Formats: sequence, structure tokens, C-alpha cells
Amino acid sequence: MSFTRRKFIHAAGAGVGAAALGLPARSFAQSGNVKVGLMTVKTGPLASGGIDMERALVQFMREHGNTLTGRKIELFVGDSAGVPAQARTKMQELVERDGIHAMIGPLAAAEALAADDYIRAQQLPTLSVAAAEDMTQRKPNPWFVRGTSTSSQCAHPLADYCARTLKYKRMAVIADDIAYGHEMCAGFQRVFEDAGGRIVQKMFPPLTVPDYATYLAQMKTNIDAIFLGFAGSNGFRWFKQFNEYGLRGKINVVGGMTAFDEAVLRNMGDEALGIVTSCWYSAELDNPINRKFAAAFRNDWKYDPGFYAAATYVEGAVLEAALQAVSGKIEDKQAFMKALRATKVDTARGPVSFDEFGNIVGNVYIRKVERKEGRLVNTVIHTYPNVSQFWTYDPKEFLKNPVYSRDWPPAKNLEP
Amino acid sequence: MLIAAVAAILFPLVGGPFYVNLASQIFIAALFAASLNLLVGYGGLVSLGHAAWLGVAAYTSAWLYLRLGLQHAITAALALIMTTATAAVFGAIALRATGLGFLMITLALSQVLWGTAYRWASLTNGDNGLSGLTRPAPFGLSLEAPAPFYYFALTVTAFAIWTMWRFVDSPFGAALRGTRDAPRRMSALGHNVTLVRWLTFVYSGFWGGVAGLLFVYYNKYIHPTALSLTTSAEALLGVIAGGAGSVAGPIVGAAIVLILKNYVSAYLERWNMLLGFVFVIIVIFMPEGVVPGMRRWWLRGRRA
Amino acid sequence: MQFWIIQTLNSLALGGLLFLLAAGFSLIFGLMRIANLTHGSLFMLGAYVGVTVLRFVPNLWVATLIAAVLVAAFGGAIERFLLRTLGGNPLGQVLVTLGISFIVADACLITWGGDPIPIAAPAALQRAVSIGGVAFPLYRLTVLGVAVATAIALHLLMERTRLGAMIRAGVDDTAMAKAVGIRVSKLFTMVFCLGAALAGAGGVIAGPIMSAYPGLDADMLPLALIVVILGGVGSLFGAFVGSFIIGAIYTFGSALAPNLAYVILFLPMIFVIAFRPRGLFGRSAA
Repeated sequence: MSFTRRKFIHAAGAGVGAAALGLPARSFAQSGNVKVGLMTVKTGPLASGGIDMERALVQFMREHGNTLTGRKIELFVGDSAGVPAQARTKMQELVERDGIHAMIGPLAAAEALAADDYIRAQQLPTLSVAAAEDMTQRKPNPWFVRGTSTSSQCAHPLADYCARTLKYKRMAVIADDIAYGHEMCAGFQRVFEDAGGRIVQKMFPPLTVPDYATYLAQMKTNIDAIFLGFAGSNGFRWFKQFNEYGLRGKINVVGGMTAFDEAVLRNMGDEALGIVTSCWYSAELDNPINRKFAAAFRNDWKYDPGFYAAATYVEGAVLEAALQAVSGKIEDKQAFMKALRATKVDTARGPVSFDEFGNIVGNVYIRKVERKEGRLVNTVIHTYPNVSQFWTYDPKEFLKNPVYSRDWPPAKNLEP
Repeated sequence: MLIAAVAAILFPLVGGPFYVNLASQIFIAALFAASLNLLVGYGGLVSLGHAAWLGVAAYTSAWLYLRLGLQHAITAALALIMTTATAAVFGAIALRATGLGFLMITLALSQVLWGTAYRWASLTNGDNGLSGLTRPAPFGLSLEAPAPFYYFALTVTAFAIWTMWRFVDSPFGAALRGTRDAPRRMSALGHNVTLVRWLTFVYSGFWGGVAGLLFVYYNKYIHPTALSLTTSAEALLGVIAGGAGSVAGPIVGAAIVLILKNYVSAYLERWNMLLGFVFVIIVIFMPEGVVPGMRRWWLRGRRA
Repeated sequence: MQFWIIQTLNSLALGGLLFLLAAGFSLIFGLMRIANLTHGSLFMLGAYVGVTVLRFVPNLWVATLIAAVLVAAFGGAIERFLLRTLGGNPLGQVLVTLGISFIVADACLITWGGDPIPIAAPAALQRAVSIGGVAFPLYRLTVLGVAVATAIALHLLMERTRLGAMIRAGVDDTAMAKAVGIRVSKLFTMVFCLGAALAGAGGVIAGPIMSAYPGLDADMLPLALIVVILGGVGSLFGAFVGSFIIGAIYTFGSALAPNLAYVILFLPMIFVIAFRPRGLFGRSAA
């Protein structure tokens, strides 16, 4: 029976060893520090956004001397590599081993969904970056607060802008074949068609497709513009190939909040000039908080902060405001959660508050790519104030409909 | 051995919840790797599609629970039937080839399932995954807390591995090893090599499905990434690193991979690289795997 | 009509790119029966080396050459010190090649960061040309041209040179090759270097289309495997034909059957292997 002996020795040995390493680390917040966990992605395809999240949050903490409301802040960072099961494990580590009081993140929608029940069970105040719509709509999590936006929150105003200001009539949409892409395009389609436009084509290439040539060839050319709902670097890759095929100038390009993020812009050239996008942030925002934030970030890392960096910087400000409202007593979870949701604070993205579901209400900016001081920036050309996740729709009516997806709202104007 | 068993049973009393959970995950990974080992180590058929069984079982169980509201006992049984049936079909297709061809077909078949999970959103909820699941409550005992689940996983895994050990030690197991080492000779002796392999493939798929059920119970969530090539590759690497062709090997190998992935990654940002180095070092010093290698050293030490 | 023209051109261009990727893998597997699972990461490494070279010498072809040489050296070291001892141990080969690919991937992430880095095509080739009324990027046609040229060069190497004869002998019957005095181990190292060089060069040449990004290795490796399996093991011609078939299936399939986008490459392979296990032009069972 040698195998069983070996097996149990190994398992027991690993277990005892691990437990021995673990026991001293399990302090139950006796030291008076506020422990904050950052759930991010530092390896894999989402890595560049995840690394920005960490950099900005560390900067925020540093600017406040790692102290909020008189208590020292300890930051614990977890890397999920973008895999939902691993995100859950890392979260368990942050909660059970490190004893965090609150969590900033996670980054990807699927990670938030994977951890939903765990967050509820552990009653963990979560300041999410992930854009999954239903977490603050049909399956609202009482411990959830989202400081970024839902997938479609910035697409609604852009659709309005395209229809009313840019006067586009026929458009196509293209995005990654993930929930984020579907939700964003669905939101865009709904508002655009309600304003009299027509979406004549929808394309959803797989997230890890090597090449967009076949999608560019399928794209209709008798359209006014195409909306890009890409995440990460796919927008950049698609656009590069768009230019190679000589389509630039023939069709206008508008982008969602991550398609032409600052992080991606720095690798682009003059071909990007003039592209219109919408987002709840731009490094060019002219408020005192952002001027300081962007300048310091640029100084440290030599590039402008974008979506992901701004996300955690804003969440940090929200965390601070809520902590102040409870006089630093983060251990009182119910009170802290109530304070989080009642937060109204000025941040790098402008003034923000939260709706009854914990989703942010704030400005959405329409931006245009321009060259300034030798680098490409997202200049703000228009502001939609106080945009909520429901746009101008009645929340009750909105929630009666199914969640935005690839097939809802149904696209009635598609042409073969 | 009694000491080891007692240690495993008493572990949840000394370890914190995080470590108990980690141990549960190790059991699940070990079971998954052990089921793959039946095919790779004892059958000599390298498969990169093992994630298929985890996915089919997990998704079937989740879907039946969410959409039809069935009890866990029924969903588990149906999930395993579904998984075994899929294994029967996939095995029939895959065994038309051997070597790299077999590897590629198993990879392709599981990738087809992966793509289907992503795209057929009306069935699988696509990229959002299926959430809102619960753990079963055998005999009314809740498994929600780490320690009860740990014992559940430990029991299932221990039983499964014991069963697999009996399988390998049986005359059928001997025939299987024969087809691995000398297929032509076995055929000449009158064994139906393809049938032996196919039965092993299905059996391996069955236990892979059991691991899948434990996986979905533990996570209470299933997402297409569970069906990805990475899942299959990690299992295969665990089997090889631990020592294919031994019963304890895959357990050790799976534990190594999991601990590096979930535990060391907290301390070391470059854990991926470390994992690579660990594999390379294992190959240099213990090319047959950790368990056979250590057994060799132990014997050598004894002789000296 | 426009759709068919442009998609055909896309298929050809993609096929060319796939051949540049798969040729090295086919060579190594054909001769040495080693499934070199580092191939994807060698391709990616070549792309990243190209990125760095281009910062100093903005000439894509020079970058290709340098990347080929460096990756070949790295490949040779892997073969000589690690793979050689694993003769009859395919599982060990899988473990070590995957282990190395993890190391290379992480090293690239540390050295070049997590963002995708574009590689510029040579300025003269950056425009679109008009073919049958559609605009098509000239660089993609160049890649196709390079692929065909490479195929011809490899063919001449195999059929017309002594080295090629030795390689073919080794593929057909390693034991006999040794018996007639061919220095098989030296041959193996040379072939592995050549395969690695092709991977590295392919990474740079494909760079203007794919860019260099973390995850490139994992995206490319399955494609190389599919091409080689479909085309048949041990046959460069099979790899060539397989590349274009896959290119066409992918391009047209994604357009005509978007719901099958994820599985479009795997379904044909399953069919082919199930009915013809040695692939379309394979010489021996895989």
C-alpha cells in the first residue's frame, strides 16, 4: 500500500507546512490598520489594464501618506490572471488569510459574477471595476458599489451624440464576443435607433481572434460610421488593419470607453486623429484633482492614465469619503456599506454619486483624439452630466426587459 | 500510513479556512489528474482534451439545477451519465488515431465544446457563466463551510483513487498496460486493443466528470474558461510532472501545479516562470516524474 | 464579387502566414518526432526580438535575420542540453517544452511589458494596392510571397542538397540512417535550429499583421499544430497545402458561419484525422 502512504504524507506534509506558514499571518485586525484588497489581473491578456489599476491605487495611497481617516492603510494585491475560478480563490485568500475589510476590483465581469455569492456570504464591501450590468440591475448585490460604469452606461450618450450631433444615420457595430461587448453594443443600438438611426450590421469576433481581415472584408461600406466596443488592445489591432485596407476616411470610426483608451493611444500615430469616443474619464479633464493625478502619473510612468488607472484612483476617493462618513470604523460593515452608497464626492472624473443599486452616477465625456504637446490625447468635446446606468429610461421599465445581450434588444434593421 | 490518514482528517482543525479551501482544491485537481492518468500513464494515450469532462459534468449539473430545479442527487447522476455518454462518443472518434493525431483530436473535441459554451449563450449563458448555484447537502449536512466540504472532497477523492487503483491492478488494468507497451503483441494475443482503450477512455471520462461535479460544487459557478485548453494542459502537466503511470504521481503533480498557481502566486509575481523552471528541473533530474523519481532516490539511498 | 475577391486574398495571405509559422514545427516533428511545444513561444520571442532590433535598425528584413539567428541559437541550446536526453520519452518532451514556453512567455512579459507592441511594415509596402477593384494591403501580399519563396527554398534544400538528403533519410528511417554513417545527433540539432530560425523569422515577418503581445504564443501554437496534423506529418508539402486550406476555412468560415467561429478550425481537422489518421499528405502515422 505504498502509494497511499506517499499520497497522505505528501498531502499532510503540504497541509501542515502550509498551516504552519499561515498561522502567524492570521491576525484579526488587532493592529488597527484598515486592510484593503485589490483584485486585479497582472498576467495574461488583460495584464496591462490590471497593472495600471495597481499603479494608480498605490499612487492614491501614497499621496495620502498611506493613511485615511487617521488609520494606516495596508494594501493587498491579488492576481487572478483573468480566470474566474482563480479570482475566487484569490479573493478567499485576501479575505481569509489577509483579513481585508474591503475590496477594490475585480477587473473582469466574469470574475465579479464568479465571486458574487462569496461576496454576499462574507459581507465584503466591494468597489468594483468590472462592468457586468446585472450586478447592479437584476441581480443586485447589496455589498457592491461600482465606481466605473456599466458596459452600456457610456455607450448610451455616445449613441445620442452620433444621432443628434454627428447626424449619422446608418451604422454598424463591432465588439469582442464577450458579455462586455454585447452589452455595450446593445446599449448603443437601443439609443441610436430610438433617436432615428439604424444599425445595419453587428459583428462579434471572438476575443482572441488572431486577425481581423475576414471581419473587415464582411463590413458594409455603405455606412456612415462604425462603433467599436473592443476591450484591451483589440481596438487598436482592428483599427490598424482597417487602415491597411484603405478604409480610413471612407467610414467614420467611433469608439466605446475602452477601444481607444490612453494606454492604447500611446502606440498609435496620426491615423487616430479625429476619432470620437465616450468614456467617464479622460486624462485631459480639467478639474483640480485630475490635473494633479494625471501629471503625477505621467511623471512616474511616462504615459497618460486611462480607464483602468482612473478606475482605482476614483474608487480610492470613494473609499476615503465613505471612511470619513463612518469616522474610520470600517469594521461596522452595515454602516460602512450604507456610507459607501450614500457617497457624493468630487473625484478625478468629476462629481460622482451612486444610485439605489450601487452603480455610479456621474459625467460621461465625449472625446476626440487630438495631438497635444507631441502626444495623442482624448480631448473632451462634450459633457453629458449625471448619467446613470439607465440613461433616460425609467429604471422600472428598464429592469423589466432582459439584460442587454447579443440578441436583446433585437436588431430590427440588420441588412444581409 | 495511519499517521498520514489521521493528519488529513485532523487538518481542518489546525488550518485556517483559506488553507482548508486550498486543500479541497488540491483534492479536486488530484482527482482530475488521476482520471487523466488512467489514459496517459496506463493507457499510453496522451490527451489534451480532459477539460471536456469537467465542463460537461459541471454545466449539465448547473443547467439542470438552475433551469429545471432538480435536486442535486438527480443532477449529479444525470451529469455523470451525460459525461460518460460524451466520452463514449468522443472516444470512438479520437481512437481512430494515435500519438499526435490522438492528442490533436482530443484537443479539437474539447475546443469544440469550449467554443460551444461561449457561443451558445441561450444554453450556457456564454461569457457570463452560470451562477446562483448551491452545494449539495448529503444526508442533510450542509457543505457550505470550508471544513465540511473538505471532508466531502476528501472522501470522494479517496474513494475514487482507491477505485482507480483497483482498476489498474486488475486483469483489465494489466491488459491496458499491455496495450500501452506492446500493442501489436497484445493484438496478436487476441486482445481487442481498441476496445480496451475505448473502455479506459470512457472510464477516465467518468472520473473526470466526478471531478467536474466537485469543481462546480466548490466554486458554485461555471464559466467557459473551465473548458479551456489551459485546464487540460495543467492537468496533463500535473500528471507528467508527478509521474504518469503511478497512482500517487498525478496527485503530487496536481498539488504542485495548484500550490504554485494559487499559493505561491501570492508571494511571487513570476510564479509562471517558476512553474516552468520546476517542470524543466523535474525533467532533468526525474524524467519519469516526481513520485517515481523520489522512489528511485529512496531506494538508492537505502542500498547505500 | 468584391467579397469573394477580398476574402480569397485574405485566405491566401493568412495561409502564407500560417506556413511561415508551421514550417519549422513540421520540420522538427517530421524528423525528430518531437512535438516542439515551445514553437509558439519561439515565434513570439522572434517577434519581440524584432521589436528591439527595429528600434536601432529600422529595417524589417535585418530584424528578421537577426531574430532568426538568435532564436535558432536558443533553440539549439534547448535541443542540445534538454531534449537530447529525452529520446524515447514523449511525456518528458511535452513537460520540458511546455515548461520552457512558460519561462519564455514570462520573460517576454518582464522584458517588453504587457501592452501589444506594433511592428511597422517597411514604408514602401505600407500602402494598399487595387486588385480586381478591391483595395488590399500590399504587405500581406508580401507575406504571401515570402511564404512561397520559403517553401521553394525548403523544397530545394530537401531535394537538391546533401543535407536535405540526410534529413529525408533520417525521417524515413532513423536507424538505417545511423547505420550508413549519418551523424544523426548533429543533424537533429541542425534541424532543430532551422525550425527555430523559421519560427523566429516568422514572428518578425508576421509582426506587422499580428503585432507582438503577451499571449501570441498561446494563440499561434494550436494553429501550427492544426496545420501540421491536417497536412500530414513529415511532409512539408502537406504543411504548405494545409496552411492554405486552414487559411481559407478560417477566412470564409468566419464570414459565412459566424456562429461556428470558435470551432471552424477544429471541425475539419476532426473529420480528416478520423478518416485519414496520417493527414492529407502524411508519410507515416503521427
